[in-house]
Amino acid sequence: MNLDRLSFAVAGAVLIAVPFVHRDPYHTHIFILILIWSFAYTSWSMMGRFGLTSLGHGGFMGVGAYVTALLWNHLGVSPWIGIPLAMVAAGALALLVGYPCFRFRITGHYFALVTLALSGIVLQVITATRDWTGGSLGYTPEATKGSHLAALQFTDKTTWYLIALGVWAVGLLIWRWVDRSMDRYAMEAISEDEDAAAAAGVNVTFEKLKITVISALMTAFAGALYGQYQMFISPDTVSGIAVSLQMVFAAVVGGVYVALGPTVGAIITILLAETLRIGFGTKAVGWDNLIYGVLLVLFIIFLPKGILGSILARIRLRR
Amino acid sequence: MAGFLEIFDVYLLEAILSGILLGGVLALLALGLNLIFGVIDVTWICYAELIMFGMYAMYYLVSVYHVPYWAAAPVAILAVAGLGALLHLLVIAPLLSAPPINQLLATGGVLFFLQSLATVWFGIDFRNIGIRLPVLALGEMHFSYARLLAFVAAAIGMGVVYVFMKKTYVGIAIRAIAQDRQIMVLMGVDTRRLYLITSALGGALAGLSACLLVLMYDVHPFVGLSIGPITFLICVLGGLGNFVGGFVAAFVFAEIISLGGLFSDLEWGYVLAFGFFILMMFIRPAGLLARRS
Repeated sequence: MNLDRLSFAVAGAVLIAVPFVHRDPYHTHIFILILIWSFAYTSWSMMGRFGLTSLGHGGFMGVGAYVTALLWNHLGVSPWIGIPLAMVAAGALALLVGYPCFRFRITGHYFALVTLALSGIVLQVITATRDWTGGSLGYTPEATKGSHLAALQFTDKTTWYLIALGVWAVGLLIWRWVDRSMDRYAMEAISEDEDAAAAAGVNVTFEKLKITVISALMTAFAGALYGQYQMFISPDTVSGIAVSLQMVFAAVVGGVYVALGPTVGAIITILLAETLRIGFGTKAVGWDNLIYGVLLVLFIIFLPKGILGSILARIRLRR
Repeated sequence: MAGFLEIFDVYLLEAILSGILLGGVLALLALGLNLIFGVIDVTWICYAELIMFGMYAMYYLVSVYHVPYWAAAPVAILAVAGLGALLHLLVIAPLLSAPPINQLLATGGVLFFLQSLATVWFGIDFRNIGIRLPVLALGEMHFSYARLLAFVAAAIGMGVVYVFMKKTYVGIAIRAIAQDRQIMVLMGVDTRRLYLITSALGGALAGLSACLLVLMYDVHPFVGLSIGPITFLICVLGGLGNFVGGFVAAFVFAEIISLGGLFSDLEWGYVLAFGFFILMMFIRPAGLLARRS
């Protein structure tokens, strides 16, 4: 136990020290992106691990990013208030879509397609309200000069790295909290057999809604954070079906059932995209998704537990 | 005031009629997906990307190689049918015993793959087949021949599928499989062969949709993202695997989009349709025509 704690402390210290030791802005940028997306993928896996395959998380992320930015630009509401409001909006959306789904036993294919409709709606609303949101051309939160705590805008990448690192760590803590709670057993029972779980006294609808809302809140937060960091959001980068599928893909490749799986997925996908981009420049347009697509198919056929999941399972077998 | 109302009514009628025309195309789109779902119990998330490849096939045959449209269409339909069979053999067949959601996700991977393949091969330019069909003027209303042709072709396509499913041995076997997967194997039906035929048929329907859509819309690698979601919504609204339900849902959806677009932008038509969909999930979660259990 003490050894575990020590290794956690060392890993944490190393991660915090990275931007101070290695002062390369590009690498720091990549680390930040990996951390933010890892958090988003972790949020997806909170549901995905229990067989609730949502293709609507692009919608939650879009709500998080756009509500925050719109409140800031049009009403001058600080992101400190805007982000919680955006999360509330995403949570309400999750309740609105989740409740009928869970109440009427919409699972599997159906659930995936209904949530797919959700990301479609959010994307269409963003595009249709182009007078406010800039439509498909994207949207920029108004920049303040220099770093401003109240506007949650920092020019310094190290600050962003530390914020993203903190958020990512909190995401893992939430994962651990769910992992150790009774809800986890309830959800696992539900994913095995809903009727049996209900007969055993599990409130199926309530448990599912709980995990869905947690997941939606986290995803919206990831979207808002991404918008604040990049200072540019567009329907293609934070919303819609492509983003939803991208989340599923990264989480599945890394491993949905283990805490660090989505993080591994984020590292692999972002490094692959960046390597291709740097190595081949504009010629590489499309190639990263081409490779993702093939990998996703291969992983689902041959390694459904994902890379990290399979490695951990093998280590456990050896013992 | 009276004059205003008259004009308004003409527009309303025009919107309703073009909604019906749109409905025919949407019904065709939904039919292919419903067929796959009903028989193999798999959702092809990449269905619209198959259509996109069919549209590219039409574009290259007609605009680049100057094949006449009527000769190019069967080639494109066969090509997409082949693509459907290939998709089944390479991706779905190894996953048949896996949880259904894995099959759906694997076809999600195929979606990524096809989309990027189109980007790499064809570039991201919008391409147009360059056939401009005249506009039909009916009184004060205007309809494009492309839509009319699409509606008629969709109706014929659906008729052919209906006859095939009702009258031929293979069609009856396919419907029987959709009813009971386990029993049919005991009856000596080769499910693998039937699955393959169904996949090819689903692909052929995607190919037919492609031939019609290419007359109305430009082709680009991401065109699937605008066709796909609406098709899935229609299928779910009608009840996945329920052919008649999908047919009805297609027309309901088309009318909502068309009428919504009349009062505001086309996007709001879509938003309305999506909102209607969510609402219907509360009221009739198993599909429009399903009996409540």
